[in-house]
Amino acid sequence: MSKSLGMDDRLQPHGDDFYELLMTAHEGLDFDQSAALNARLILLLANEVGDFDTLAAAIERASKS
Amino acid sequence: MHYQNREYPFQTPPELKGESPGQYPVAIVGAGPIGMAMAIDLALKGIRSVILDDNNVVSVGSRAICWAKRTLEIFDRLGIGDRMLEKGVTWKVGRLFNGEQEVYNFNLLPDDAHKMPAFVNLQQYYVEEYLADRIADFPDLIDLRWLSKVTGEEIADDGVTLHVETAEGKYDLTADYVLACDGCNSHIRQRMGLKFDGHRFEEHFLITDVDMPEAPFESDEPERWFWFKPPFHTGQSALLHKQPDNIYRIDLQLEPGADPAEEAKPEHVIPRLKQIVGDRAFEIDWVSVYSFTCAMLEKFVHGRMVFVGDSAHVVSPFGARGGNGGIQDVDNLGWKLAAVLKGEAPPDLLESYDEERRHGAVENIMNSSRATNFMTPKSKMEAVFRDAVLSLANDLPFARRLVNSGRLSVPCSLEGFALQSPRATTRGLPPGTPCPDAPLEGGWLLNELGGEFMLLTIGRRAKITAPEDVKALHFEDSPGVAAHYGDDMIYLIRPDQHIAAAFEAGTDAENLTLALTRAKGKPALETIS
Repeated sequence: MSKSLGMDDRLQPHGDDFYELLMTAHEGLDFDQSAALNARLILLLANEVGDFDTLAAAIERASKS
Repeated sequence: MHYQNREYPFQTPPELKGESPGQYPVAIVGAGPIGMAMAIDLALKGIRSVILDDNNVVSVGSRAICWAKRTLEIFDRLGIGDRMLEKGVTWKVGRLFNGEQEVYNFNLLPDDAHKMPAFVNLQQYYVEEYLADRIADFPDLIDLRWLSKVTGEEIADDGVTLHVETAEGKYDLTADYVLACDGCNSHIRQRMGLKFDGHRFEEHFLITDVDMPEAPFESDEPERWFWFKPPFHTGQSALLHKQPDNIYRIDLQLEPGADPAEEAKPEHVIPRLKQIVGDRAFEIDWVSVYSFTCAMLEKFVHGRMVFVGDSAHVVSPFGARGGNGGIQDVDNLGWKLAAVLKGEAPPDLLESYDEERRHGAVENIMNSSRATNFMTPKSKMEAVFRDAVLSLANDLPFARRLVNSGRLSVPCSLEGFALQSPRATTRGLPPGTPCPDAPLEGGWLLNELGGEFMLLTIGRRAKITAPEDVKALHFEDSPGVAAHYGDDMIYLIRPDQHIAAAFEAGTDAENLTLALTRAKGKPALETIS
């Protein structure tokens, strides 16, 4: 049985802080550099999440849209 | 229905009749919402002021239209809250679209625990008209002078002299303090050569007010519609919401490089509006093109010259933090200036206005910049992230919360600043919190609080003698109050309805006295020696 992603908003109340930090990290980069930053970030976050089933569910959900 | 601007007459001031009225306690430059609210707040505390304005009408065009809960509460204290509530439009349903598709909608249910709704939409000209009417209640305390242009100022250690020009002649006027409420292009700020640095956004926005008898919404309930990538024009965003008198505000973000003057022409405006509202009949009431800057002064208090509202700080309009932020300046400054002028507090107390409201301005600028950045992606990757958030926002609450079309203006906490006592308990509300309203039998808590220092005690055990000159307000078996403030709690409340100190029942009377001394800006040592 595949794992389903949590529906909770776990960023709150830091959602806006996180988004600003993320956009600031991309400032001044060209599109390829930004894509590379995203790739590193996803890999780091994946390791933080750790749980394989959760990662599989996130990949599935992200692929939908 | 087109609003007819009421014209206010010029009246010959005593200075031009050969009288010498002497030094005024306060002169206010600018009779916008901030200047007029300032005069009323001071008058409620017995302080006399003169307001000078170069015009003779209230706001031309609707301009600021969203008045947030805290602002309504302050206006209620000043005496125009009920009129604003009665006339204003309170929308509950918001819809957010991405292109043609509705991403989500939400319903702001009214909070029965508060007298005021999250906000109302009301044209600035109505607010100014209500303020001008209210000013007429204080003929001995407020001297509102229309068609009186301030052309210069001389700032001394003990007062400021203003040079005033009128159709009947020039005169000078001296006041202990001058409040520069002369708006975002403040001439006083410019003449003083003060640095007003900030971030200028490139995008232009087109505001249109249309008069439309038939609502575009499905039901009679007013709604707020916001589009990312609207299907009816090439810009990045659009907003539609309702004002009283069947006037609809439509904000269109223009493409970079668009010619604002060209875009404002009816032949460009009308076809776009038709795409939004269909075949409904409408008339254009007001069109304005704007771009904006987020900027603030390094200091709001310059000796006897104090900057209040847009003259001190400007923000982007998203989240409605311009007018709302300015009214909070008024709330913060009024009681302090009154206390200084009455000799009840040292002039240094005004430094706390500078500190607390600069903090508020920084927070407002941060929030409005974030909304602007979300709405106007500056790179391809920013746009990719924005679109990703929108594509997940359909069903994922975390992504919905990241969607930023303006964060509702809420007052900042003043915790940690000099006037507030440190936290003495983890229970109840911490010092620095703006007092939340609560239902009372036949009334509202905030109508009982404010205007002066008050001791608020909740629960039988919390009863304690109030320090001298502090009015006490005690509640037992009042679940509405206890729900927000906790039981067996003691609060010292500032005249601007912020918590200065919070204690659990059983605290020493000495702690209260100390907290009061601190809240009045006096060195705490003074009372001990």
